[in-house]
Amino acid sequence: MADFLNSLVGSVDPYMLQILVNVGIAIVLALGLNVITGLTGQLSLGHAAFMSIGAFTSAMVTIKTGLPFFANLAVTGVVTAIVAAAIGFPILRLTGDYLAICTLGFAEIVKVFFLNFEPTNKALGLTVPQAKTSIPMPIYVWVVAILAIILVTFVQNSRFGRALKAIREDEIAADAMGINTARYKIQAFALGSFMAGIGGGLYAHFLSYINPSDFGFLKSVDILAMVVLGGLGSVPGAVIGSSVLASAPEFLRFMSQYRMLVYGALLVFLMVFRPNGLLGGVNVTELLLRAIGRKPAGK
Amino acid sequence: MFLQQLVNGVALGSVYALIALGYTMVYGIITLINFAHGEIFMVGAFIGLLLVSFFKVNVFVAILGAMIFCMIMGVIIELIAYRALRKSSRLSALISAIGVSIFLSSLALMVFGADAKGFPDGAFPVQQIKVGSADISTLQLLIIGVAAVLMMGLEFIVQKTKIGKAMRATSEDYNTSALMGINVNRVISFTFALGSALAAAGGVLVGVLFNAVSFNMGLMAGLKAFAAAVLGGIGSIPGAMLGGLLLGVSEVFGVAIGYSSYRDAIAFTILVLVLLVKPTGLLGQKITKKV
Repeated sequence: MADFLNSLVGSVDPYMLQILVNVGIAIVLALGLNVITGLTGQLSLGHAAFMSIGAFTSAMVTIKTGLPFFANLAVTGVVTAIVAAAIGFPILRLTGDYLAICTLGFAEIVKVFFLNFEPTNKALGLTVPQAKTSIPMPIYVWVVAILAIILVTFVQNSRFGRALKAIREDEIAADAMGINTARYKIQAFALGSFMAGIGGGLYAHFLSYINPSDFGFLKSVDILAMVVLGGLGSVPGAVIGSSVLASAPEFLRFMSQYRMLVYGALLVFLMVFRPNGLLGGVNVTELLLRAIGRKPAGK
Repeated sequence: MFLQQLVNGVALGSVYALIALGYTMVYGIITLINFAHGEIFMVGAFIGLLLVSFFKVNVFVAILGAMIFCMIMGVIIELIAYRALRKSSRLSALISAIGVSIFLSSLALMVFGADAKGFPDGAFPVQQIKVGSADISTLQLLIIGVAAVLMMGLEFIVQKTKIGKAMRATSEDYNTSALMGINVNRVISFTFALGSALAAAGGVLVGVLFNAVSFNMGLMAGLKAFAAAVLGGIGSIPGAMLGGLLLGVSEVFGVAIGYSSYRDAIAFTILVLVLLVKPTGLLGQKITKKV
C-alpha cells in the first residue's frame, strides 16, 4: 500500500506536488476560519496564531514522543482547541471590530511568546523530524483536507451549524430564541481552531522547519482573504478561494519581482468586482444539479 | 531616569497617536478598518526622505511635502479601492484594504530596495538639552511639537469649520447627513486626506527619529496605531490621542524595565486587558443594541 502511494506521489512533478500540498493545507486552514468567520460571523484576524500553536505542538509531540502521526494530529487539534476555548471564553464577549483587534493582538502575543520560548529554539525556529507514518505527506494532507471538507459540510447542515448561522444573522434574535450564544460561539471558535491546529501540524511536517515569524499577521490575512474571496460561509467557496490564493503566488512567479504587487492589486480588483466573493450568493449544489440536467434551468 | 523614559515614551506615543487618528477618523465615518493606513505612513516616510536627500529641503518642508503627497494618495486609494465597496459587506472592504497594503509595500520594496535607508547627516540639527536628570534631544522636541501642532490643527478643523461639522454629522449618521444635503463623498475624501496627511507627518518624524526608513516599517507601526485607536475607543479623536500616548509610554517603560524582547507584545497585552474590562475602549461610546 505504502509503496503504491509512494510511487503515485513520485509520478507527479515535485513542483506541482508542492503547490498541491500548499492548497491542501490552505483548505484545512480556510475551512476552520470559515466556521468562525463565515458561519458564526465572528471576525478573527488571528487564525495564524492557532496554526502556530498547532505547528509547534505537533512538532514537539513528534520530537518527544513516539506517537503515530494521526494520533499526533488528534492531540495537536485537541490542544489547540482547548487553548482557543480558554481564550475565547473572555474575548468572545466582544463584538465586531473589537473582537477582530483582540484576536489580532492575541496573535501577536502568541508570536512574541514563541519567539522567546526556550524549548522551541526561540527565534531560530524548529527543525521538525519526519512524521511517523508510512503514508507520504502529500496524500496525508489531502486525506485530511477531504475529511475537513466533509466535517464542515456536515457541521453546516447540523443543528449546531444552524445555531451558528442564527448567531451570524442576528445575535439578539438568536439569544431570544433560546440559543446559548456564548456557548455556541466558543464551540465554533474551538472547532475552527482545532482545524487550524491540524493544518499547522501538517504544515510543520511538510516543510520540516517552522519559525514563529512565519505565523504573523500576514499569514492570518492570507487565510482570511481565502475565505472572503471564495464567499463567506460557503464550503465550496472556501475550497476555491484557498485553491486560487494558495497557488496564485506560484502561477504569478513568472512575473518574478512584480508578483506581490500583482497579488495586492488582484485582491482589490476581485473585491471591487465580486464584493461577495467568487461564489458568494451562488448555490453550488443547485448549479451542479442543473448542469447534469436534474433540475430545469432558470427557475 | 523616570523623566527620561517618560519623554522617550511621549515622543513615540505622539507618533502612534498621529497614525491612530487616521484609523479612528475613517472608522468613525465609514466603519472601515483601513489597513492600508500603515503603508501610507511608510510612503510618507519615503517621500520625506527623498525630499531631504535629493532636494535638500529642510525637515519641515519635507514633512509638508510628504503630507501633501499622501493626502492625494489617500484620496485616490479611497476612490479606487473602497468607494465601490461602500454598500457591500465590510469584510470585502477590509480585504480590499489589505490588498492595497500589500500593493504599496511591495511597490516600495521594488522602488527603494529591501534595506533600510537613513536620512543624510545633519538633516535636522540634534542637540541634547539637559532638564533635571534627563537628556532631551531636540529631535524629541521636534516630534512632540509637530505632533501637538498637527493635533491642534485637526481639532480646529473638526470642531470649528464647516467641513468639520459635516464630518461630525456624517460619523453620527451617514444616511441622514446625506439627506440633509451634505456631500458625503466629499466628506469621506476629505477624511481620508486628513488622516493620510497625519500619517505621512508621523512617517517622516519616525524616519528622522530612528534614522531608518524601510518598506516594511508600516506593518507593525500600523498595527500598533490601530491598537491605540481601539484602546482609546475607536471613532473617538481624543481617544486616539490618549491611546497613542498610553501605548508609547508603556512600551518604552516596558523596554526600560527589561522586557525588550517582548516589545511588540506589550502594546497588545495592554489592549487585550483593557478591552476585557472596558469592551468599547477608554473613551469609546457605549453602544446600546436595539432590536
